[in-house]
Amino acid sequence: MTQSATAPQEAAPGRTRAQIAARTLRRDRWWRSPAVTAAYLGAVVVYLTWASLVNADYAYGAYISPLYSPCLATTCTPGDSSFFLIPWVSVLTPAIIIIGGPMGFRLTCYYYRKAYYRAFWRSPASCAVREPHAKYTGETRLPLILQNLHRYFFWIALAFNAFLTYDAVVAFRAVAVVGHQHVAGAWGHMGLGTLVLVINAALLWLYSLSCHACRHAIGGRLKHFSKHPVRYRMWTMVSRLNSRHMELAWISLTWVLLTDLYIRLVASGVITDPRFF
Amino acid sequence: MGEKVTLLVWRGDAGAGDIVEYQVEVNEGEVVLDVLHRLQATQAGDLAVRWNCKAGKCGSCSMEINGRPRLACMTRMSTFEPGEAITVTPMRTFPVIRDLVTDVSFNYAKARQIPSFSPDPSVALGEFRMQQVDVQRSQEFRKCIECYLCQNVCHVIRDHEENMPAYAGPRFLMRIAELEMHPADTADRRTIAQDEFGLGYCNITKCCTEVCPEHIKITDNALIPLKERVVGRKYDPLVWLGSKITRRGHRDTPAVPSKRDTA
Repeated sequence: MTQSATAPQEAAPGRTRAQIAARTLRRDRWWRSPAVTAAYLGAVVVYLTWASLVNADYAYGAYISPLYSPCLATTCTPGDSSFFLIPWVSVLTPAIIIIGGPMGFRLTCYYYRKAYYRAFWRSPASCAVREPHAKYTGETRLPLILQNLHRYFFWIALAFNAFLTYDAVVAFRAVAVVGHQHVAGAWGHMGLGTLVLVINAALLWLYSLSCHACRHAIGGRLKHFSKHPVRYRMWTMVSRLNSRHMELAWISLTWVLLTDLYIRLVASGVITDPRFF
Repeated sequence: MGEKVTLLVWRGDAGAGDIVEYQVEVNEGEVVLDVLHRLQATQAGDLAVRWNCKAGKCGSCSMEINGRPRLACMTRMSTFEPGEAITVTPMRTFPVIRDLVTDVSFNYAKARQIPSFSPDPSVALGEFRMQQVDVQRSQEFRKCIECYLCQNVCHVIRDHEENMPAYAGPRFLMRIAELEMHPADTADRRTIAQDEFGLGYCNITKCCTEVCPEHIKITDNALIPLKERVVGRKYDPLVWLGSKITRRGHRDTPAVPSKRDTA
C-alpha cells in the first residue's frame, strides 16, 4: 500500500476490528490437511513406540533396523553394527537409548514445527482460521524456546546418518547361519534389504542437508557471498534442496518406518529377503 | 449481459456491522474488484472500497474473499463455482474505517521503529561496490507491495490482538532480515528482532508465505534465516564462547526510542 508523504495517522479512538463471529469464513476443506497430518503423525508415534519397545527382530544377517542403530546396549544381537556397548544403559531397549537424537532433530525441524503446530496445537489449524487458545506466546518462553536447539540436533543427526551409511555399506554382505542365528557373511553380495538400507541412508542425508540450520551454517549467515564463492555455491545447492524440505521430511520418515518393517518381517521369517547376487 | 452472482459484503462502521446480500451482474474476464465497483455504481453508492492500480502492484485492495486474504483485483470471478455465493469482508486484523476499508496505520508505526539502513560512515558515498550475489537475497524482499495480507493472516496478532505492541509481524521481520543480509549495512538488529519485534512469537506456520501475492518466500528466506541469526546471537553457547575467545565484540543496535508508545 502506498504510504502518503505525510506522517501516517494512528488508529482513531473507537475504531475496532470488524466484529465477525464465525471462526472462519473459508469454504474450502481447510481442515483436511491438518487432519491428515495429525492422523499420519499419530500413526507414526504409535508404530515407533511399539517398534522401539518390542526389542526383537530388528536385525537379520548384516541388516539392522535404523531404529536400533547404532546399537549401544549389551543385549544387542551378535553381528549388529555395534560400535560401543554401554552396560549401564542396557536396561533400556537399544532403540530407546538412541531415539532422542533423530527424534529431537525432527521435533525441532522448522518444517515439522509447522506440521504439528497446525495439526495438534491448532495454532492455527489453517490460515485465517481462528485458533482456540485464549493466550499465545509462541516460541518466546519455555518449553518452546528450546526449539532454538535445532542446530545442535542437526549435527547429531549427521552422526546418525554416518552410522546408517555404515549399515548400508555393511549390508553388502551375505547372510551366514551360525547355530540358529543369521549373521553377516562374505562381502560382495546384495539383497533387496541392501537396496532398502541404501535408499534409507540416501534419503536421510538429503533430508538433513536440506535443513534450514544446515542452510544457515553452510552460508546463509554470511553477508558477503562474493567473498566466499565456494560457500555461496554450496549455499545455492542446499537452498535448492531446502525448497524440497517438506517432501524430504515425509519421504525419509516413511522410508525409515518401511525399512524397519521390512527388516522386521525378514528377521521374523514372515518374508524372505530376495538376493540379487 | 452477464450472469448474476450473490455477493455477501460486510457493511459497517467502526467495527459494528453485518453481512449484506446483493445480486450483482458479472461479465466474462472480471475480477472481484470489478464486481464490487459495479455494486458501488448500481446498488450501494456508499460502499467503501480502497483500490488503486487494479494490477496487483499497489496493494490497496486487500480484503478477505470467502474467508481467504486476497487482493480483490487479482481474484478472478472464474475461479468460483457457478452459482457460488461470494463473501467479501474487510481484513480482520486491522480496525475498520468503513465497510471494506481498514486502518492499517499499525504497519506504518512498526515500519518507523526499525533502525534504518546504516552504511559504514567511513565509506564515502558512491564508493561502496556490491556484487549481484550479495544483494539478490534482499531483492526478493523488495518485491513486497505492502498489501499487508501477511500481517493480516498472521495468527499471532490476528487471533491475539494483545500481541500487537510486542510483535512487528512478518512484513517487518522480513524488513529486518533484509537489512541484516545487506552487505553494506553495519547495524546488528538480531537482539531487537527477538526482544523488541517479537520474532520468537512466530511459529513458522507459513500463512504469510501462503497469502503473499508476490510469492515471496517470507518464511523460508526471511523469517527462518533471521531466527537462525538470532540463535547465533542469543541462544547458542558455542557461538558465544567463540566470540569470547576471539574477542569479537557485538554492539546491538537499539530499537528506535518510544516504540511501544506508537504501537
